[in-house]
Amino acid sequence: MFSYAIRRLLGAIPTLFIIVTLSFFMMRIAPGGPFDAQRRLPPEIEHNIEVAYNLDKPVYEQYFIYLGKLLHGDFGPSYKTKDFTVTELIADGLPVTLRLGGTAIVLAIFIGMLLGTIAALKQNKVTDYSVMSAAMIGITIPTFVTAPILTLIFGVYGVSLFGFDLSLPVAGWGGGALRNMILPVIVLALPQIAYIARLTRGSMVEVLHSNYVRTARAKGLSSFMIVVRHALRAAVLPLVSYLGPAIAGILTGSLIVEQIFGIPGIGRYFVQGALNRDYTLVMGVLIYYAAAVILLNLLADLVYAVLDPRVRYAR
Amino acid sequence: MTIPFTPSRMEEVMERTLDIQGRSLWDDAFRRLIRNRAAVVGIVILGLIALAAIFGPFLLAYDYSYQNYEIVSCAPDWWPDSVVLCNAGGTHWFGTDSLGRDLLVRTLVGARVSLAVGLIATLVSLVIGVAYGATAGYIGGRVDELMMRFVDVLYSIPYIFLVIILMVIFNRNFYLLFVAIGAVEWLTMSRIVRGQTLSLKQKEFVEAARASGVSGFGIITRHIIPNVFGPVVVYVTLTVPASILAESFLSFLGLGIQEPLTSWGVLISEGAAQMETAPWMLIFPATFMAVTLFCFNFIGDGLRDALDPKDR
Repeated sequence: MFSYAIRRLLGAIPTLFIIVTLSFFMMRIAPGGPFDAQRRLPPEIEHNIEVAYNLDKPVYEQYFIYLGKLLHGDFGPSYKTKDFTVTELIADGLPVTLRLGGTAIVLAIFIGMLLGTIAALKQNKVTDYSVMSAAMIGITIPTFVTAPILTLIFGVYGVSLFGFDLSLPVAGWGGGALRNMILPVIVLALPQIAYIARLTRGSMVEVLHSNYVRTARAKGLSSFMIVVRHALRAAVLPLVSYLGPAIAGILTGSLIVEQIFGIPGIGRYFVQGALNRDYTLVMGVLIYYAAAVILLNLLADLVYAVLDPRVRYAR
Repeated sequence: MTIPFTPSRMEEVMERTLDIQGRSLWDDAFRRLIRNRAAVVGIVILGLIALAAIFGPFLLAYDYSYQNYEIVSCAPDWWPDSVVLCNAGGTHWFGTDSLGRDLLVRTLVGARVSLAVGLIATLVSLVIGVAYGATAGYIGGRVDELMMRFVDVLYSIPYIFLVIILMVIFNRNFYLLFVAIGAVEWLTMSRIVRGQTLSLKQKEFVEAARASGVSGFGIITRHIIPNVFGPVVVYVTLTVPASILAESFLSFLGLGIQEPLTSWGVLISEGAAQMETAPWMLIFPATFMAVTLFCFNFIGDGLRDALDPKDR
């Protein structure tokens, strides 16, 4: 198990290396430099800028300089946000994105599992069909449609229920205030809730028909205890392997959500960097994302091995 | 005593066999698909949307880029909310956008672009994925391992980031958008095809082909690819909506289709910016897109059920 984890970690290094190399050279092929401005600069100044950013050297040399700096955790200077390094920008945005995404995934797991279990217990009844249709809607309607619609309902029109004002702020981070987080987290979590509910229902239906559940029922255990004590443990396994894709989905969604709600996370830096051709920033964030996805996938695999004794990584 | 096997008797036997209609896998699958109500409704609605997208813009009175500054962001005449700033009047059934362009024709042109992106990107992913997967699976061994390792590497990047980088590099090129989305959607396709190929390659008919001297290329194109068709068709119906979503995602962020041309993503993005004063600009394109995505998903589910050999 331990050696498996080490081997997987070592295996991630060439993967990351390939990603860095690919993105570096793709960025260098790109037509138009980061410093193309409306106003032409005097050639001397242009030359000085190129020297400052190592752009005067041959491409392969730039590549090795970049790699060397990367090993020290230095993503280089941002081309567009002057006086900031990419590392600083990422350090600035990462806590925000982590908090947003982390809350969303925890919420998605809880609500998704709850809905999936309820649907499985009421298999082929009205509850089941309505939960599954809702899940279908959650999967098909993209984040950039749900976000404006929810904003319209809760932010612009404002909803009041039993005299409580349920209106929520539609933009801004407010230093991470709870009120500001509600809408973005819900929008991020919705598609994942839908996927997790479908997965849970599928595996739960299977588990509920298995022999040991029948035994538990025969010895008179309440349906609640059966689910919590016996069924849930087995039914949760497919979810663990879904965690990787779920995290990738949340990261992708955070691009849109951070843009719409004006949240200063790294997703917004990525989009702004892409629109402004801030190559170093885009590459830095991409490498960060790739590393996160690889690590979390590895983590999910290890958790799977711990939970399911049938899986043994021997080789 | 044996029955003499005369030519006339042989004809009789052959006639009798001709009467028995053989039911192929595809006949069966088609029958099952037709019985699936959700899938049929999906096909019909999708057909209507496609027809409207193809012919609608010719039939309507307005051009998608024609701007009428008299009626900027105006509601359609039948809009139920009475507190609107202005009514577009005439035949602007979906109202107008922030530049006074007819929203119905723009939604239909957007449908054209979105559906075209979905189909062409899927075609690109189909070609790359099937060729790559079949080659890796057929050659096997080291080559297979290396090729699939590359797919694993690409898998570890959330693919939309790759498309964004491609769009940044190639400066939001319209045609490239199709290729870029297709070029990242082929990964799952290649895995499916590779898995199928690995098992097909052990079959007798492939061995027979190899024994009679058919080249590797010939075996892949003539024998392997036609046989992986079933799972591929199912996956294709799920790739089309994924591509449509990817394009809208990019257009929403401003990295996809550029004005005055439009797509559902662009329209939704414009609508979202104006939804307080002009909610119809968000509601119509969003509804069209959601309905289309639903249809594709229902058809995909229906096809999967229809082609699943476990049911047979």
